Amino acid sequence: MQQPNRLRPFFENITFDRSDNELILNFGPQHPSAHGQLRLMLHLQQEQITKAHPDIGYLHRGMEKMAENMIYNEFMPTTDRMDYIASSSNNYGFALAVEKLIGLEVPRRAKVIRMMLLEMNRLMSHLFWLATTALDIGAMTVFLFAFREREYLMDLIEDYCGARLTHAAIRIGGVPLDLPDNFIADLRKFLDKLPENIKDYEDLLDSNRIWKMRMENVGVISKEMALSWGCSGIMLRASGIEWDIRKEEPYELYDEVEFNVPVSDKGDNYARYKLYMAEMRESAKILHQVIDMYADTTPELMAHAPQYISAPKIDIMTQNYSLMQHFVLVTQGMRPPVGEVYVATESPKGELGYYINSQGDAYPYRLKLRAPSFWHTGILTDLLPGHYIPDVVAIIGTTNIVFGEVDR
Amino acid sequence: MRAYTPKDNVQKKPYYTDRYWVAPQVAKTDVSEDAVFAADLEAIRAKFEVLDAYIQVKQMVVVINAADNFGVIELMKNELEYNQLSELSAIDWLAKEGKFEIFYQMLSMSKRKRIRVKCKISEKESIQSVEKLFRSADWSEREMYDMFGVVVNNHPFMKRILMPDDWEGFPLRKTYPLQGDEFAQWYEVDKIFGKEARDIIGPENRDPARVDRYDTERFARLGHEVPRGTDISQGEPVTPLCYQESDGVFLIEKFDAEKSVVISDRDR
Repeated sequence: MQQPNRLRPFFENITFDRSDNELILNFGPQHPSAHGQLRLMLHLQQEQITKAHPDIGYLHRGMEKMAENMIYNEFMPTTDRMDYIASSSNNYGFALAVEKLIGLEVPRRAKVIRMMLLEMNRLMSHLFWLATTALDIGAMTVFLFAFREREYLMDLIEDYCGARLTHAAIRIGGVPLDLPDNFIADLRKFLDKLPENIKDYEDLLDSNRIWKMRMENVGVISKEMALSWGCSGIMLRASGIEWDIRKEEPYELYDEVEFNVPVSDKGDNYARYKLYMAEMRESAKILHQVIDMYADTTPELMAHAPQYISAPKIDIMTQNYSLMQHFVLVTQGMRPPVGEVYVATESPKGELGYYINSQGDAYPYRLKLRAPSFWHTGILTDLLPGHYIPDVVAIIGTTNIVFGEVDR
Repeated sequence: MRAYTPKDNVQKKPYYTDRYWVAPQVAKTDVSEDAVFAADLEAIRAKFEVLDAYIQVKQMVVVINAADNFGVIELMKNELEYNQLSELSAIDWLAKEGKFEIFYQMLSMSKRKRIRVKCKISEKESIQSVEKLFRSADWSEREMYDMFGVVVNNHPFMKRILMPDDWEGFPLRKTYPLQGDEFAQWYEVDKIFGKEARDIIGPENRDPARVDRYDTERFARLGHEVPRGTDISQGEPVTPLCYQESDGVFLIEKFDAEKSVVISDRDR
């Protein structure tokens, strides 16, 4: 324990112990490249890490507790605040879980729009990942380029739902709105340019000496480690396990579209970077196919289930019984059947799961959010030892953790 | 007389309940309908006692004795190819039967199947850690302890993870109020300024909708506006409400039918 006086000042961040060479460094909780409130206690021998101890909880808002005190529809905007980089995918996971619990079938046009939103969110998230990680490593140009494209996507999402970051763009039972005019044309314009943009990033980074030194053979996650730590998404696929929930347990229309699941067996930072780039291309491919599906769908947007879902606006405004049901559903909330469900979706970060235990009340009895970043932060305990201080930033970057999701 | 509020579950309740309403059930089907699940269940049954097993929403649920948890998970990992523990947490049934229900959400990538293993322990009991089998249980079990106070045996680092180390109470228990208890109210004041500052600062307001009538620091009270910090305990002047439109509301003087658009699409 330090005993500060005027001659021996108190170092808030560093503990010196003269009896051995170990130095304990506090990384965070306000470190700009920790991508949120991550505190890492690093035990160091010179510059090498011997022990790492991630400390989380600085952004804990008790979302699971909040969910127990809210009706189902009320919780939807709260899910935005989990992975706020790709908030529609959180909305979607929750909507899908409740739909599975009730047993709802969503109209095809809603599915198409949801697929568009999900893939646009994936692109936004990956672009954001690329931008921030490149910035952490020191590549500022890539940051500006990637944010330019992300901005275009955010404008498109704004056209659709009015929000840029916290979308709340998906409802239980469908989607609230149809696509605005020119949306598809604008999206096409973006998609036509995207391959060029991705090529620009790759030209800047792929064979960049600094980028490769920071990325190659750094942060190697073995297959066993990835499985044992509950890794998912790109963290898992970069370690040589071909597992994408969109392919293996298809939801929405993912079984109708053609796309590849990029896999690498290297397990290092560079492999993860390559997979992010490849996934962006696949997302663009999916979006092209989904756009073509949109034309031959009927205009229904919400499932027809009067017990759980409000009728379309036109019915509410013209038919008395629909208005009454709408009133009950808004003030008291839907009451799903008694039972429990665990639904996993492939969010941009990995397996996003919602476990809901319903006791037939308007409030869920228990709702557990399975956020991928939680375990991707935990793995730092085993991943960081042996690496050097500068590698920490690169490794945190490629784990792609978002603290809204880690702490919930 | 005050309305009775149950103390063992202080979560929000619906204000209207239909006493004749019977909640429907999510369908449970027999395990024999799925060959893969049936084989898995046989393998578990051969070594351990299975209290209940069924398929719900395409996933098998297996209820076991809490003492067997490590054995069952080990069997599933080593022999049944369930290679990932996606999730692990508890459900608070203390009010109903004095027990916690603990569930392990398992995933087999080779079989593309998910199984939920469940067991129940009473409040004073503890459970065996599965951290030796799946490292992911390290953090999940810490979170479970943090949120419910379920103690896990043989865990390498049984400590709170999301809440501060010196926190009192377990936030996800049904007895814990949404906006925090007495301890939570004073936690930051005590920690930052010390207990002696309690009178000056007051308890933390954890209700975002609360408006203090005499608070002139943070809220403007419509119709009674006074400068910030004014002492209004002796009453305050009434400020007449006035709106911008009082000089005349914006009106269209000349309506040009040719330039206007009629919205025909009512759905949007």
